[in-house]
Amino acid sequence: MPSKVSAIVSAWAAYDPDVDNPWFSWDYLRQNTGTLLAALREHLLLTLAAVAVAAVLAIPLAVLAHRIGSLTGPILGVTGVLYTIPSLALFAMLAPFTGLRPVTVLIGLVLYALLTIVRNTLTGLRQVPAEVVDSARGMGYGPAALLWRIELPLALPGVMTGLRIATVSTVALVTVGELVGFGGLGNLIIGGFNSNFYRAQIMAATLACIGLALALDLALVLLSRAVMPWHRRRTA
Amino acid sequence: MSIIHDSILWLNDPLNWTNPDGILARTGEHLWISAAAVGLGCAVAWPVGVWLGHVGRGGTAVVTMTNLSRAVPTVALLTILPLTVLGFGPPAIILALALFAIPPLLANAYLGVREVDPQVRDAGRGMGLSGWQLLRSVELPLAVPYLANGLRIAAVQVLATATLAAFVNGGGLGMIISRGFGLGLNAGGGQVLAGGLLVALLCLLADGALALVERAALPKALRRTSRRLPHSAADAVAP
Repeated sequence: MPSKVSAIVSAWAAYDPDVDNPWFSWDYLRQNTGTLLAALREHLLLTLAAVAVAAVLAIPLAVLAHRIGSLTGPILGVTGVLYTIPSLALFAMLAPFTGLRPVTVLIGLVLYALLTIVRNTLTGLRQVPAEVVDSARGMGYGPAALLWRIELPLALPGVMTGLRIATVSTVALVTVGELVGFGGLGNLIIGGFNSNFYRAQIMAATLACIGLALALDLALVLLSRAVMPWHRRRTA
Repeated sequence: MSIIHDSILWLNDPLNWTNPDGILARTGEHLWISAAAVGLGCAVAWPVGVWLGHVGRGGTAVVTMTNLSRAVPTVALLTILPLTVLGFGPPAIILALALFAIPPLLANAYLGVREVDPQVRDAGRGMGLSGWQLLRSVELPLAVPYLANGLRIAAVQVLATATLAAFVNGGGLGMIISRGFGLGLNAGGGQVLAGGLLVALLCLLADGALALVERAALPKALRRTSRRLPHSAADAVAP
């Protein structure tokens, strides 16, 4: 006859929380494909919009900082301060004014991506050899042509590095948007945590998030190879 | 307008400062969790980074790890780790934050030792220094500016991400923000704004203070030459 102690021990050994709440479940994926895809879509759209807006703002800012020396400090300083403010605090400071809308998340994401793109573009512009700029000037290039046809193409590796880092960081950061209700896959991560620590949902959304970041990074690598065929030849 | 007024009102209530879950207690919690995470990160990343830099191997691995770590959402680690054997509470939060502190610490430690002028290293060897002596009295002192830079970046980043612990009820100043959101923006908007301002202020102050530490850590001999460091080695090493 089994003693009380051995009964308790065997019951304890038989209890495995992972059976009730596995980290991965095909059932979850099957039953929630629609939810996952909708969250992925929101995540992707927020990321693309944020990086696009940030690039449109940051590249001219970097050119300004490069051309006008006295603006370098202020531009890097202001974007640096914005970058230091935590995402949650930024959303918290924006939400009372802009409301629980996607635009709140978007503003925050753009402000974060700015510094990365400005700094890398500036690095790219500074790495353009002075001899190349001099000979272009000697050949009669004006400031605009010099920028468009010499400096920006040669700074493209820096720009693309900035875009890659900004995109990958933005994908990870979108999840914080859950705070105002628009966090893409972050909604599922936090939602899964809040509804009885639903591991399958947390894990699926996390892996989808990392996958999205890596896929977008790969897409940008391929894009930079396509627009900079000379760069690949040189490094290969 | 009224939201700004509400937040000033909230900040002016002494109870919001001195309550057991008030601003002072939350700030203390925020600081000790962050300090523990940065300490743990340094204990792991610095020896590994310095050693890899000394033997000159693993550069690609460090860069790959730094880049990969950007893709992992902090929110995900903060929700996953408490559900493992670690259980709820500070250890899971500290470990999650430390994992995010490691890449900048590691990258800067590696780069700092790696960037030591090869001629200086050769001179050390020529004087008969052993590998260990070279590391201790040549490479490490020259790497100090990089180590300080990595520490500053990691500490500010950890202070910022510690706010996210509020998502999993993990304490810290973020809790003020999440409580405010819990009340709804009409009732809690002022508290949300006040919390946001407090966190932003804390991080900016920490960044400023650590910048002073970074300057103080620069060896006197290097100060004259005003050597410019990359602002963040973690940014500079991307391909």
